[in-house]
Amino acid sequence: MLDRITGTKRTVEGNGHLPVDANLITEPAQLVSRVSAWEAVQAARNIQRPHTLDVIGRVFDRFNELHGDRGFRDDPAIVGGIADLDGRPVVIVGEQKGASTEENIARNFGMPHPEGYRKAMRLYRLAEKFHLPLITFIDTPGAYPGPEGEERGQAEAIAQSILLMARLQTPIIVVILGEGGSGGALALGVGDVVLALQNAIYSVISPEGCAAILWRSPAEAERAAKAMRLSGPDLLELGVVDALIPEPPGGAHTDHAATAAAIRTALAAQLAKLERVPAADLMSARYERFRAFGALEEPGVTAPPPAPDSWWRRIVKRAGS
Amino acid sequence: MRLRMPFGRKPNEFPSHLWTQCPSCNEMLFNKQLARNLNVCTKCEHHFRLGARERIELLVDKGSFHEQDAALTSGDPLGFTDSKPYPERVAAAQTKSGEKDAIITGEATIGDNPVILAVMDFEFMGGSMGAVVGEKITRAAERALAERRALVIVSASGGARMQEGTIALMQMAKILGALARLDQARLPYVSVITDPTTGGVLASYASLGDIIVAEPGALIRFSGERVTSGTVGEKLPTGFGKAEFLLERGFLDQIVPRPQLRERIGFFLTAFRAASQDLRWSL
Ligand SMILES: [Zn+2]
Repeated sequence: MLDRITGTKRTVEGNGHLPVDANLITEPAQLVSRVSAWEAVQAARNIQRPHTLDVIGRVFDRFNELHGDRGFRDDPAIVGGIADLDGRPVVIVGEQKGASTEENIARNFGMPHPEGYRKAMRLYRLAEKFHLPLITFIDTPGAYPGPEGEERGQAEAIAQSILLMARLQTPIIVVILGEGGSGGALALGVGDVVLALQNAIYSVISPEGCAAILWRSPAEAERAAKAMRLSGPDLLELGVVDALIPEPPGGAHTDHAATAAAIRTALAAQLAKLERVPAADLMSARYERFRAFGALEEPGVTAPPPAPDSWWRRIVKRAGS
Repeated sequence: MRLRMPFGRKPNEFPSHLWTQCPSCNEMLFNKQLARNLNVCTKCEHHFRLGARERIELLVDKGSFHEQDAALTSGDPLGFTDSKPYPERVAAAQTKSGEKDAIITGEATIGDNPVILAVMDFEFMGGSMGAVVGEKITRAAERALAERRALVIVSASGGARMQEGTIALMQMAKILGALARLDQARLPYVSVITDPTTGGVLASYASLGDIIVAEPGALIRFSGERVTSGTVGEKLPTGFGKAEFLLERGFLDQIVPRPQLRERIGFFLTAFRAASQDLRWSL
C-alpha cells in the first residue's frame, strides 16, 4: 500500500519557509503514513511508473530532443533536449528506462554508458551558454557497470558531470522520478533544488549490492534497504532532497497525468524563485548546500560545522525577499 | 594459499612476521628489507600496498609535513547496523589502525612546492569514503585555495562508505564543488591513484587531476569485480582494470614507480609555477 498524502496545500503560515505556491512535502510529518523502505524500492522500480520521456511529454511543450555526445554515439539511456515550461525555454536531461522488456533492452534498463554522461555534459554547457535553466530527471539503477563502460571511462565521465554541475552558471532543478542509483544518479544530481517523487529512492549502492557485501547475502536486500534510509521521507529528513512531490493515492504508476501535473506545478514554482536569484548567490548557495553534508565529531574544536539549513531559508535569505 | 617454497626448506622457516611472499614472482621477501624498499618487491618490483603514514614520509620533503584536522571523526548519520552497529565498526578500525579514519591530510612541501596533501589508507575500512574523508578533502581544497597552494590527493579506496548511505554519496558533490573552485583559481591538483581505487572515489576526485598518475599494477576500476562479472557475465580482457590498461585507454597521464613519485610530482608542480607569472601559488 502506498501513502495517502495530506497537507499538500500547506500555506506559508504553517511553515516559515515553504513557498505558498508549492504543492510540496517539505516535512515528513506531512505524510499520514510511510511505506516501508522495501515497498518504496518496489514502487520506484515499477515498470508502469512514469519514465522521463513520458513526464517530459506531459509537463513541457514543444520538446525537441537533442542526440549524441559528439564523440562516440547517442546513448539511449540518457535523453535530453530543449522544451518550454510555461512558455519559457529550458534544457532538459534525464535518464530513460523502458516501459516494456523490449524498450528496456533498447534503453539498457536506464543504465547510461560514459557517452551518455558526455551527452548530458554537452547539454549542461548548452544551458549555461544560453542562460537557460537546466532541469534533470534521475531514474537509473546505476551507471552501466560492464567492461565497455570501464574501457570508455565510466568513472571519469561521472566525475566530470558532477564537477560540471557544481560549477554550472545557470539554475538547476533536479527531480528524482524513480531509482536514484549512486554515482550514476549523482551525475545528474547536483542542483540548486533537489526534488523527488514521494516514492522515489536514492542510495549509495543498490539494496541487493549492499546486502551482498555487508550481509553476504542478496536475500537480505530488504533489511539493507531499511538500513540505508533510501526512501523519500528518509531523504527529506537527511536533507538529501529538499522536498517531495506528492504522488496520486495509488502511486505514480496509477495516474501518469496527475503525477505529471504535480511535477509541473513544482517545477514552475521553483523555477520562478530561482530565476530571481543573482548568479553569484546561486553559485554560493549551491556550494553550501552540498558542503553541509556529513555527521562529524571534532573534539577540541569549538565551532561544530553548521547544520544543513533548508534550501528555502538559504535562498530566501540570499535573495533578500 | 599454497606457498611454493625453495627446494629443501620447510614452510616454518618463513614465519609471516619476518617474511612475506611476493604474489607476483613468489619470492620470499624479508619484511625489513621490503619495508626499506618502500614495500616494492626487490626482485620483480611488484608494488605492495603502503600505509598512509609511510606514504606521506616518502612523498614530502623531509620534515615538512604538518597534519591538519586530525581530530575529525565520524558520526552515525543513519543509525546504521548490519551485523554490528556502525560506530562499533569505526571504533574497531580506530583501535586496529591507531588512526581516526581512512585519510590523513596536512600541509607540506614537495620539491620545495607548497602543497596541501591528502593521503588515503586502504587499511581503514577499505579506505571507504564517508563524511570524514569528504570533510578533510574539502577542507584541504579550501585551504589550498585560501593559501594558494597546490593540492595533492593519493587515493586508495573501495568507494563510498555504505554505512553512511546517501550522506557518503553527497561527499562526492561536496568535494568536487571545492575542486571546481580550485580549478577556477588555476591552482594545480595532482591525483595519485594507488592500489586499489574503485567506485565513488574513482568516479569523483581520483579521476579529475590536472595530472593523474598511478602506481604500477594498481587495480583501478569503477565497478567492483563482483558487480561487473555478476551483472554482465562477460569474459574480461587480461589486465583489465589495471593501471596499465587505463594508461592505454587514455585515462592516466603516467604510471610512476613508487620510488620516483616525489620527484615526478615536484617536477610538474615546479613547471606549473614557472610557466605563468600570474600564478602566485608559490609562497
Ligand atoms: Zn616480486
